[in-house]
Amino acid sequence: MTGTLSSPTAQELTPDELLEAYRTMRTIRAFEERVHDEFAGGDIPGFVHLYAGEEASATGVCSHLDDRDAIASTHRGHGHCIAKGVEVKPMMAEIYGKLTGSCHGKGGSMHIADLSKGMLGANGIVGGGPPLICGRALASQKRGDGGVGVAFFGDGASNQGTTLESLNLATIWNLPAIFVAENNGYAEATSSSWSVATDDIADRAAAFGMPGVIVDGFDFFAVHEAAGEAVARARAGGGPTLIEVKFTRYYGHFEGDQQLYRADEVAHARENLDCLKRFRARVTADGQLDAAQLDRIDADVAALIEEAVAEAKAAPKPGADDLLTDVYVSY
Amino acid sequence: MARTITYREAINEAIAQEMARDERVIVMGEDNVGGTGSPGEMDAWGGVLGVTKGLYGRFPDRVMDTPISESAFVGAAIGAATGGLRPVVELMFIDFMGVCFDQIFNQAAKFRYMFGGRAVTPVVIRTMWGAGLRAAAQHSQSLLPVFTHIPGLKVAAPSNPYDAKGLLIQAIRDDDPVIFAEHKMLYDTSGDVPEDSYALPFGEADVRREGDDVTIVAIGRMVGTALEAADELAGSGISAAVVDPRTTSPLDLDTILELVEDSGRLVVVDESNPRCSLASDIGAQVAQEAFGALRAPIQLVTGPHTPVPFADSLEDLFIPDASRVAAAVKTAVDWTK
Repeated sequence: MTGTLSSPTAQELTPDELLEAYRTMRTIRAFEERVHDEFAGGDIPGFVHLYAGEEASATGVCSHLDDRDAIASTHRGHGHCIAKGVEVKPMMAEIYGKLTGSCHGKGGSMHIADLSKGMLGANGIVGGGPPLICGRALASQKRGDGGVGVAFFGDGASNQGTTLESLNLATIWNLPAIFVAENNGYAEATSSSWSVATDDIADRAAAFGMPGVIVDGFDFFAVHEAAGEAVARARAGGGPTLIEVKFTRYYGHFEGDQQLYRADEVAHARENLDCLKRFRARVTADGQLDAAQLDRIDADVAALIEEAVAEAKAAPKPGADDLLTDVYVSY
Repeated sequence: MARTITYREAINEAIAQEMARDERVIVMGEDNVGGTGSPGEMDAWGGVLGVTKGLYGRFPDRVMDTPISESAFVGAAIGAATGGLRPVVELMFIDFMGVCFDQIFNQAAKFRYMFGGRAVTPVVIRTMWGAGLRAAAQHSQSLLPVFTHIPGLKVAAPSNPYDAKGLLIQAIRDDDPVIFAEHKMLYDTSGDVPEDSYALPFGEADVRREGDDVTIVAIGRMVGTALEAADELAGSGISAAVVDPRTTSPLDLDTILELVEDSGRLVVVDESNPRCSLASDIGAQVAQEAFGALRAPIQLVTGPHTPVPFADSLEDLFIPDASRVAAAVKTAVDWTK
């Protein structure tokens, strides 16, 4: 059942939808590049894992989702948050560990969440999300609200028992769930071509009785089309889908990673495959959008990120009063 | 009106009454229906020891069998709880936490805190604990200290049918994740239980017996053992109070401290292994808070630092009995500097 989608021919996106998709991808890119710079400057504490290069995946999938739908993310979660509608300024403040952050400074980069947006959290545990998304899909199924759950996970998590158990559970319960395997080529420093026993992660779908699809992760339109089919099938009661999105990440596993295990694939990808460049080239060549519209978005986003960083730096840190709160609803 | 029913029946009744009251309550676990996809009857088992028997007949859309995939279905229950349901999921034996613990302690327990108070995860994880069924090392443990250790989880361990019903109803209505630990040796014990629904608040210990000379704190099945010891000691002129904390998180330390302030002696009885145990935890807290009141060293009565053995001759030695409790009490009462 594994198929490949890399060059869809027909798109039905309106100009507004295209602009929105571009804005989301540009926001993720600008956010991550700024966090990269700020981290290098020593202003950001802890562990940070950047999503730059992978923007088309989160954006292409989440463009089909609404308030009924929930996503679970990974340690590389900033892009999923932005694509699902989490506000950028509280996200930036959270990464700085500030009281004004999405989680009041108690979560940090690896735990940014906004349940009011159906964003069930970046997750510091590889393979933590898929079981949770089975539950969100089950809740929607029981309510009959047409909602779906989407578990984003990496090639590393594709080898976790939690993920494989969840694929099985999703099929036998016929859950409205979509499993998006973001294969960026490396689990930390270990190549997925070595650590994944099958040629493709999508091959595993057949073992769990669900459709498996491979898409070019640098191509927003390919992701959008594959995700659209999967989401429509799930909403209609047709059960789960496994989508493998293939690309590479532009930065290391975490900020500070010297990446000695890598070849020069990043320079090649940035130059020839980049999702934003390809999107821009395609929509302007088609005459669907003009370059000035996209330039305006670039400028808007740059200003937003600048404000987000300035406000985050100026914001207060949580204090002693905050240490003991929100462990329980009541205790 | 109260009738005499078993611990097993009390748990079943609590779930049924909450399912009838609140359609968000769902039940899932291995063989919780028992028979899904099989050629014979549905509800053939109703749980491996029959605790959920009959629920499927009343609520067929809300009682679900699962594959033997604890990570996936315990995690699914946790995810569903964040999505508006109130799942009661069964982790059959507490020993099986090893195959799904991440979902419990890194996910459910931490959501509220690490998401800055923006998550509510009202899941109940029912699980069987304790030794005595000759079930050997992987089906007999008392791992409550592990769960009690973790901020974000609540832990209830009822010692009798009345508490089982009231604490489980509270657990289902509670907005925090709750580990509901059912002692497998208590399922067939009986007691008076009101038919009407009632919730017992967490963090309120039950003083099961008054006594002046010594305070015995006991957990789960050990409450009965402590009461037996107290009867025995009364014959020797020693008056022992027996306190059942009922929940280990939150723990009603105040009630324990009040009693120790009067008696000056504390014996803690828990069948868990001794290191980093509930006994050592309660003992340490009392030593810190009421050192001046103590007239003797605190006595801890626990299982040994071994896995639970299979042979009945060995398992009976593993589990604290009334004579060991009574001996510990006498050590405390007879102690002089």
